[in-house]
Amino acid sequence: MNMVRAIFRRELASYFATPVAYVFIVIFLMLTGTFTFYLGGFFERGQADLRPFFNWHPWLYLFLVPAITMRLWAEERKAGTVELLMTLPVTPLQAVLGKFLAAWAFTGIALVLTFPIWVTVNYLGNPDNGVILAAYIGSLLMAGGFLAIGSCVSAFTRNQVIAFIIAVVVCFGFLLAGFPLVLDVFAAWAPQALVDAIASLSFLTHFADISRGVIDLRDLVYFALVIGTFLYANTIVLGWKQAD
Amino acid sequence: MLKTDGLTKRYGRHTVVDNLSIECGAGEVLGFLGPNGAGKSTTMKMLTGFVAPSAGTASICGHDVRTETRAAQARLGYLPEGAPLYAEMTPRSFLDFIADVRGLAGDTRRRRLGEVIERLHLEPVLGQTIDTLSKGFKRRVGLAQAILHDPDVLILDEPTDGLDPNQKHEVRELIRSMAADKLIVISTHILEEVGAVCTRAMIIADGRLLVDDTPDNLAARGDGSLDRVFRDVTLAGIPLAGEDAA
Repeated sequence: MNMVRAIFRRELASYFATPVAYVFIVIFLMLTGTFTFYLGGFFERGQADLRPFFNWHPWLYLFLVPAITMRLWAEERKAGTVELLMTLPVTPLQAVLGKFLAAWAFTGIALVLTFPIWVTVNYLGNPDNGVILAAYIGSLLMAGGFLAIGSCVSAFTRNQVIAFIIAVVVCFGFLLAGFPLVLDVFAAWAPQALVDAIASLSFLTHFADISRGVIDLRDLVYFALVIGTFLYANTIVLGWKQAD
Repeated sequence: MLKTDGLTKRYGRHTVVDNLSIECGAGEVLGFLGPNGAGKSTTMKMLTGFVAPSAGTASICGHDVRTETRAAQARLGYLPEGAPLYAEMTPRSFLDFIADVRGLAGDTRRRRLGEVIERLHLEPVLGQTIDTLSKGFKRRVGLAQAILHDPDVLILDEPTDGLDPNQKHEVRELIRSMAADKLIVISTHILEEVGAVCTRAMIIADGRLLVDDTPDNLAARGDGSLDRVFRDVTLAGIPLAGEDAA
């Protein structure tokens, strides 16, 4: 645990040692604000809730999360510091966890900084704050899923641009797994059971449940499994890269 | 303290390190010599547990680097080739991170950090980002990181490469001053370095160990010139690859 904490602290500090953190947070806040008020019709709806705010999160994460994760391993590989890190007495799992948790904590900070919108909706009306809290939790869990995917993808390459693009594509697939765009690819040839299984992988459907205020154990387990699976895959990819 | 048995690394059909068996103990300063691409760095990457061997074993202080990787890595300090560092950090925060990972705490931590910073003269640049440091300072930060936990085995991949003569001299002094109770392995293609700091020299070419002797004996073989032995040995092994090696 000490190793994970040491790596976590180093990683999190490194976000704020470069402009990355500030650029990300400012853009994230600007976009969530713009989307909520203009595209989401926050005022026009005349309802005191944050649906127009949370509805955009999956789409913002689709591009912003890979922008965070693309550097996680690709940059270490490019700079050669991965050799330094992996020859310290640290296991691959500890390194993966430390980096992932730092990225997740960073996303959490950005999410917490959206609090003015919560203040606004409470000033204007009487929203159900339980639903809002659930939606925040759901959003954070979904961000964790995206981050785990991005981290794993980043371990494959030393090129950050490639890491970014592949992560966006994989995340897009997971986001829309329940929709015809993805399902039609499989429906033609795969057995119905597989198509159903793929449909149940959709981030959007699981997030939609939570953002309505229903915290279902299945949704929590789902995101935990996505995160666990991709982080485990991440450690395996690191091992492969060391064997060659 | 360091033992390899039949250590081999193949990439596809190309054998980079070929059946290397060596054994060395405390007090030795072992110099890996060889032309570029001879397999020196790959050997060091295997010794430190970064690259998995294709065959054979290596152990540090009795810990096999594949099966007891963490225990082996805890006993060694390593300066990778080119001294890669986290560019956005300051030497102070970087060394703090290394101290965390090395499990140094309390008085020991303060003492070791103080000693290493003093020994490598890092005081003036502690608060500057590593990105902005000169090559000499970057190398010294890399060395500081390697010796921070006072390891039994120190593996330094081209520790003086790219440094000016004064800095080279300093690094050699540092190596000499630590040599008494440690095993230090350095790789280099600068021959004078071997005579200056090493107690034992190994010439490697094309992945094979060709010579294992003291620098004095080596020089005697080439009528007092290490250059000549190096050329004779490496060019006989591989006719084309040694041109710019000396």
